[in-house]
Amino acid sequence: MGRLFAVVVTVITLLSVSFFVMHTWWMPVDISTTGPAIDHQLEETMTGSGLLFLGGQLLLGLFVWQSSDKNPARKIKIFPGGANPLVAAAIILVGIEILTLTFVGSKAWAAVNLVPAAADSLHIDVQAEQFAFYFRYAGPDGQFGGLHPDKIDDGSGNYFGLDPANDVAARDDVVVGSLVIPVNRPILLTLHSKDVGHSFYVPELRIQQDFVPGIEIPVHFTATQTGKFEIVCTQLCGLGHYNMKAYLQVMSEADYEQWLKGQEGQ
Amino acid sequence: MHETSASHAAHQHTAPTSFIRKHVFSLDHKVIGKQYYDLALVAVFIGMGLSWLMRIHLGWPAWPIPLLDKLSAVGAPGGVMTPEYYLSLMTMHGTIMVFFVLTNAPFSAFGNYFLPIQIGAEDMAFPRFNMMSFWTIFVAFIVMMTAFFVTDGPPIAGWTSYAPLSAVGGDAGPGMRLGQTLWAVSIAIFCISSLLGALNFIATTLDLRTKGMSLARMPLSTWAWFVTAVIALLAFAALLPATILLILDRTAGTSFFIPAGLVLSDKLQPHSGGSPLLWQHLFWFFGHPEVYIAILPSIGIVSHIIPVFARKPLLGPRAAIGCIMATGFLSYMVWGHHMFVSGMSPFSANLFSVPTLFITIPMTILTLLLIGSVYGAKMRFTAASLFCLGFISVFISGGISGFFLAQPSIDIYLHATYFVVAHFHFVMAVASIFGVFAGTYFWFPKMFGRMMNEGLGKLHFWLTFIGVYCVFMPMHYLGLAGNVRRYSAFTDDYLIPLIPVHKFITVAALLTGAAQFIFLFNLIWSRFKGPIASENPWEATTLEWSTTSPPPFDNFGGRHMVVYHGADEYGVQSSDGKDYIMQTSPEKVPAR
Repeated sequence: MGRLFAVVVTVITLLSVSFFVMHTWWMPVDISTTGPAIDHQLEETMTGSGLLFLGGQLLLGLFVWQSSDKNPARKIKIFPGGANPLVAAAIILVGIEILTLTFVGSKAWAAVNLVPAAADSLHIDVQAEQFAFYFRYAGPDGQFGGLHPDKIDDGSGNYFGLDPANDVAARDDVVVGSLVIPVNRPILLTLHSKDVGHSFYVPELRIQQDFVPGIEIPVHFTATQTGKFEIVCTQLCGLGHYNMKAYLQVMSEADYEQWLKGQEGQ
Repeated sequence: MHETSASHAAHQHTAPTSFIRKHVFSLDHKVIGKQYYDLALVAVFIGMGLSWLMRIHLGWPAWPIPLLDKLSAVGAPGGVMTPEYYLSLMTMHGTIMVFFVLTNAPFSAFGNYFLPIQIGAEDMAFPRFNMMSFWTIFVAFIVMMTAFFVTDGPPIAGWTSYAPLSAVGGDAGPGMRLGQTLWAVSIAIFCISSLLGALNFIATTLDLRTKGMSLARMPLSTWAWFVTAVIALLAFAALLPATILLILDRTAGTSFFIPAGLVLSDKLQPHSGGSPLLWQHLFWFFGHPEVYIAILPSIGIVSHIIPVFARKPLLGPRAAIGCIMATGFLSYMVWGHHMFVSGMSPFSANLFSVPTLFITIPMTILTLLLIGSVYGAKMRFTAASLFCLGFISVFISGGISGFFLAQPSIDIYLHATYFVVAHFHFVMAVASIFGVFAGTYFWFPKMFGRMMNEGLGKLHFWLTFIGVYCVFMPMHYLGLAGNVRRYSAFTDDYLIPLIPVHKFITVAALLTGAAQFIFLFNLIWSRFKGPIASENPWEATTLEWSTTSPPPFDNFGGRHMVVYHGADEYGVQSSDGKDYIMQTSPEKVPAR
């Protein structure tokens, strides 16, 4: 029975690891400037913790195999040196692992979250609601109109609660259902929610950030490749949560300018 | 040989004679322990049934599920569940499993039954509190179940019930009227029950230890229940006011968790000044320690059982106790790692990340001590010991993924994906349940005076062990590919190629779930038909094995037990030719 356990644990371990090693299912290709550091961090964690996983499971399998030896002459043995070598091994191995991860990882985190957005960032305002995302560009005047929740009216397309009648800045704001951005230009999003918690997740950007009602949350990034990617909601927001999505379109600077002109003309 | 006191034990209360006082409103910790166990058993099969329904829907969304429309004609017209009903079932699955199974079975059920016996006490310190805590939790369970039958259906906000979705009422969607209120009321009642239980465990451990039962001689299982009780006392003390505030927001027009200017169902909500993050902080201040409330008792149970079947002492029992205490302490400093993407200050992410990573050190030590205890053993392979070994394996698998999620830079990719689902199911659910299975096969003879069927037990182990890996290991791969959790269907372009993996998981989950009926059958059949158990069938040393199976009403038949040794005197030569020395034996322990 013990030998069977050892074999089963070993097979499970090797099978599990092989799918990670072969990248059978893996992250999509990264398209952001901060993504490579995150991917590197993940690979590093995968290697370190993968070795601990392999070591732990195989050692368990080995010891169980040995412990099932039915030879009556065999004497019970205590682990060489008792508990101390294991305690020391855990502290040293895991200690090194977590210190490395903390020092390297905090840099990756800082690059995403502790560095302010570049001054020349393109500022886009994002409103999440059950169950859609809307994106607002400042328009030719470069000014966003103020937000008035009491003016929100999805029926007439006033998703943000703008007041163009009294607010000049709001009159040229461009509101669309897709996030269209130029490639290689810093982008600053301001996230706010109309109703409940939502989240902004673009796997290719390696970015996930909640929308929290009542607070405005900045997110900044720079996309390095053109293309069309999915933005999905990852914070449970109600019955249509699974279907809450929008597209991120990364365009060349020229295409973007042309697109924006087209929108402003409407 | 047991030393008995000359003076007869003055029991706190006399044995009851009426059926109701014996089996229903009993003050006896053993009856209460079994009541907790049976409640957890009912809850776990309901929770598992819900996971079956969810998994079938995720694999084959268009399939009508027979009889589901009978449970809810609105939620599953023609047997095909609506997206909101999926979320309702998911919410109830998480809530039932975390509260009524993982908190109940390893801690309240086994702790109630065995903590007093393992320290040589006749009962809990406060038997009336104890009875109250069970019947309070019973009420909480009934209130929670009622949510299935209200017009609007059960809530859809998940077991974490994030505000403002959970706080604004019916405008947030179906299930968010009476269903969500019932959820909050049930959890508040649950908190009261847990507080009563925790106080009782702490007082009993500190005050009722028999002569010679120093803290260092307590079995690891008792240590784990004790530390868990301390954690629970602080954790539920945070959740109780949080749920009361949530109930007030929902019913009394307050705005603790609801800010100004929210528009739901085209209505500007009449609230202002609240903070959704406040709910998250309060909830996770409870929620993270709750993980340890679920897992530490099972770690204790496994550490208690492995030496019995390895026929050698646990490696480093004091280090193990230290690790359990360190984990309990650290569990209060890490709640923010659930909130890396929540919009809290990004500086605090590092503050929460470091202690989270540090908690892996005591956990790794504990795991290595368990593995080291198997080294050089003469293992007796029983259903109980197999589940202990399986526990070590799934605990490693679940713990490893913690390295990823503890780091904010990686968590922002993996947060809210199936990687997280894999992580917490392995480390907290499966590992904890393996501890419960091990405890059941081990203690059943003591609790019911009959042995369980070993062959069925082993079959149950193999199917479950391989099954849980087939269910939860692939979820890591899904998470890496960015598969978002809590979706009732996968309609996004990048998720559609992953649906075959979901189908595989569904099949595995159905089969693994079916294997649990072997356990249920064994449990019920053995209760009535199993071979009669002796006093000490496993040749174990601790006090529960120094009394009859099942123990008499006052646990030791009027004897005052005296303890001479620690719990792990295995692999020694006793004077009567055995390889172990009971805690109650005055015999000197020979050098190994």
